[in-house]
Amino acid sequence: MNILVCISHVPDTTTKIKFSENNTRLDTAGIQWVINPWDELSLTRALELKEKSGSGVQKVSIAHVGPASTEPTIRKALAIGADDAYRVDTEARDAYQVAANLAEVVKSGSFDMILCGIESSDYNGSSVGGMLAEFLDYVSVSGISHLDVENGEVHTTRELDGGCEKLIVPAPFVGIVQKGIAKEPRIAAMRGIMMARKKPIQLVDAADKEPLTVIKEFEPPKPRPACKFVDPENPEELIELLQNEAKVI
Amino acid sequence: MSVLVYTENWDGEFKKLSFELISFAVKLAEEMQTEVVALSVGKTKDEELKKLSQYGVKRILKVENEEVDQFDPQIYAKVLSEVAAREQASLVVMADNNTGKALAPRLSVRMKAALASGVSSMPDSLSPFVIKTRAFSGNAFAVTELPTEVKIVTIAQNSFDLEEKPSEAVIEDAGVDISGMKPKTVVKEVEKQTDQLLLTDAEIVVSGGRGMRSAENWAPIEELASLMNGATACSRPVSDEGWRPHEEHTGQTGKVISPNVYFAIGISGATQHLAGVSGSKYIIAINNDKEAPIFDAAQYGIVGDASKILPKLVDALKKAKSA
Repeated sequence: MNILVCISHVPDTTTKIKFSENNTRLDTAGIQWVINPWDELSLTRALELKEKSGSGVQKVSIAHVGPASTEPTIRKALAIGADDAYRVDTEARDAYQVAANLAEVVKSGSFDMILCGIESSDYNGSSVGGMLAEFLDYVSVSGISHLDVENGEVHTTRELDGGCEKLIVPAPFVGIVQKGIAKEPRIAAMRGIMMARKKPIQLVDAADKEPLTVIKEFEPPKPRPACKFVDPENPEELIELLQNEAKVI
Repeated sequence: MSVLVYTENWDGEFKKLSFELISFAVKLAEEMQTEVVALSVGKTKDEELKKLSQYGVKRILKVENEEVDQFDPQIYAKVLSEVAAREQASLVVMADNNTGKALAPRLSVRMKAALASGVSSMPDSLSPFVIKTRAFSGNAFAVTELPTEVKIVTIAQNSFDLEEKPSEAVIEDAGVDISGMKPKTVVKEVEKQTDQLLLTDAEIVVSGGRGMRSAENWAPIEELASLMNGATACSRPVSDEGWRPHEEHTGQTGKVISPNVYFAIGISGATQHLAGVSGSKYIIAINNDKEAPIFDAAQYGIVGDASKILPKLVDALKKAKSA
């Protein structure tokens, strides 16, 4: 069984987000780029499964859509332990176009399990995994909080709004994963970083697909009014404010 | 032309979220000068379906074939695309919850329809169709144009007010052809939280952080929540420590919620935490560090020791309730 982990390249979550060119572009100055947190968890789980005896997982590959400048993020994933990587050499423009390009990677190889994070921390669309599955006409399981392979059979737990479902999933499929899939993301060790330099990154031709959406500009969230402080000796006042001023309780 | 709303039901019953979807769609359809069609997938009683008409929908289509007993995104996407095409929907509306996240992207590719997800405000303009989506985990909105003929919008829970508009609705069978389609996944077990208020549904949420010091100190948080018919939540370190269950973790990698009131108690307000709660209408912070970033996000705050303040708050709330 071969696993393909799709990774997105996003600003570190502690980065202060700023925009340039009249708020039409992300200001990339000073941004530290990282692997999208959910993708990092997917990769961690994929590697755990590969190491688990009897799982039948032979290879863990990475797929990414982005220009050459995003390669350090792919190298990071290889340093964490992925065997090889595929990069579609084109700018990521929207979820639809990214998913169409990832579909090209899937078609170019032989993968049984394709993992995507539930969302990326930049555009928060929660769409690429589902779109990829539809492009491929594959089964998709969304909101996976647990993933295991036993005797070649894939077991997942899918989170519902108010519960969960335990499923057996036939391969090939697209798994869209969320919190719980792995405890902590794995960190690259020095040996992994050295080895990553020699691991292959295969270039894949971009799909002939245009994005469906156009971002016109970015807007900061509405500024919140300054905090009104209540005397800690008299917290009753807070209840009074919530009832009579905010009228929310 | 029409606006098609996918109204999710839970074991045959609708909840507030379903009515929020209808209210949003009815308001938008008025501006677009078109009609709303509600689609219900899965077995539901007609009297339950009629509840949707309280919010202004006049036509309800239902799909009750046995093929949809199990939620299968492939089958559901086929149902939706068939109905959307037949109803000449120019807009499909659904919730930005687990179901919507599983379904909307598949539908988008199937219909080549541009998708805006996690929307919490009405469109900026209808022609061209421009709407704000959540971006950079709550640090910005992306003002996004959906230029395709059919558009899909998923809305954030608790972002749109219910608007009652009692009307008479016609209920019809959608008559989709899905016979022979079978879910390819096998469900082994289903666990449901039935009697508990879901964190994502709650209008008031009381959340505790590391400042609560230990799992034993949660009683006043639970009491405060139950006095206000709210739900309890926690920050990531708290669920990592095992003080509270993982389902309660709100924040970037946990649940993203947008209640009316969010109490952050002993939570410093790291960006990753705020990413999950910044959609709350009111944030109330209690923290002993007056420099904590949570106070920048809060409208009301108390600087002090939560263990001393909480019992007083509980008492004050009880008094206010009995007054």
